[in-house]
Amino acid sequence: MPSTRDIRRRIKSVKNTAQITKAMQMVAASKMRKAQDAALAGRPYAVQMNAVLAEVSAHVGDFSHPLIEKRDEIKKRGLIVVSSDKGLCGALNTNLLREVAKYDVATTVHITAGRKASQYVARTKRQLAAEFTYKDAPTFAEARQISKFAQEMFTSGKVDSVDVLYTDFVNTLVQKPNVQSFLPVGEISALEADMKGDDSQKHQALSAGTTEFVFEPGANAVMSALLPHYLNYRMYQILLEAKASEHSARMVAMKSATDNAKELIKDLTLQYNKLRQANITSELLEITTAQMALGN
Amino acid sequence: MATLKLEIITPEAKVYSQDVDMVTIPGSEGEMGIYPMHLPVMTQVAAGEVIARTGAKESYLAVGDGFVQITGEKVAIMTDMAIAAENIDELQAEEARKRAEARLAEKLDDEETALVQAALAHSLAQLDVKRRRRG
Repeated sequence: MPSTRDIRRRIKSVKNTAQITKAMQMVAASKMRKAQDAALAGRPYAVQMNAVLAEVSAHVGDFSHPLIEKRDEIKKRGLIVVSSDKGLCGALNTNLLREVAKYDVATTVHITAGRKASQYVARTKRQLAAEFTYKDAPTFAEARQISKFAQEMFTSGKVDSVDVLYTDFVNTLVQKPNVQSFLPVGEISALEADMKGDDSQKHQALSAGTTEFVFEPGANAVMSALLPHYLNYRMYQILLEAKASEHSARMVAMKSATDNAKELIKDLTLQYNKLRQANITSELLEITTAQMALGN
Repeated sequence: MATLKLEIITPEAKVYSQDVDMVTIPGSEGEMGIYPMHLPVMTQVAAGEVIARTGAKESYLAVGDGFVQITGEKVAIMTDMAIAAENIDELQAEEARKRAEARLAEKLDDEETALVQAALAHSLAQLDVKRRRRG
């Protein structure tokens, strides 16, 4: 039977925990908003990129580029894993890394972004080609590094295809691990206008324009410059998406931790009061018995 | 008189969006001056200086390499860096240039070389814009 002092002490410690998780929830909420704003800020770029892509792909005829070429036999595949740096975000990384586990250890080379992914790859003794980091507000330069590295590996023949595994931001409550093929570039598809994917704008942008453009120095040259750029930008969007997922997952996890702590405090307080009451009653009983014994 | 809408867009933000009379861009095939009613052109830009002229006023921006879409009424530049001349920190750019040059002197693989060269082009473009406008 714990004493009232023990229970008081426990209530205090649970309260402290609740305070911390509450603070983390707030921080995650504001970071999530920032991540979403960043994705929104990139929207004009996505729209413009779609317009240029549409125009260019409508005009290139027979076009071949090392980044497009499909290889018949896939001996080695590359996998870019985008995870978070820190934990305390619910099942986010667990779900993501479970997908990694499905890839064959012998033929998969990993490129990791985020500390959790590289730790996992190291722990399970998988092949690691490079590990990258990205900040809370991912920059384009960081995305470019990752994407350039993947392109390099692909063109040099170290890998025959590259996939990206990241956590797709569906909404604040739902994030799910998603695999996209990154290289070779198959069909050039419209970029998502933002995380929620504004469909009308997307389609409008990709339906090739009515104006006849002159290409300088030529459609093919523009296309070959555009391709790596398109990939870099896709990588950037993936990073943004992963960040938004991380922050919202953390927010939700911290919210439920705070709720649990509150529940626990309520239970403990009830227990404490009951115990206190019992103590008082037994004390009273003792006094009255003693008095009765003395009085008579 | 007709005006041109100049838009400079980076993945992080829309840096510039204004109506101007004339634009000079550092095209990959040489510098291009664009007036309203220009023939629709799709081309690449190299790292360098964009000059936007409105009346007698000129504003200058340093840009990285990217793509430009020109129509009769609009010039849309998408690039990975764009910074207005007045916002360029010369010391910082100079430092970045030195750092990049020092890195180039080391032994690097192709990947890193390309990155450093891009950084060098960025800082050179910034310095160029800044210095030219001061003198």
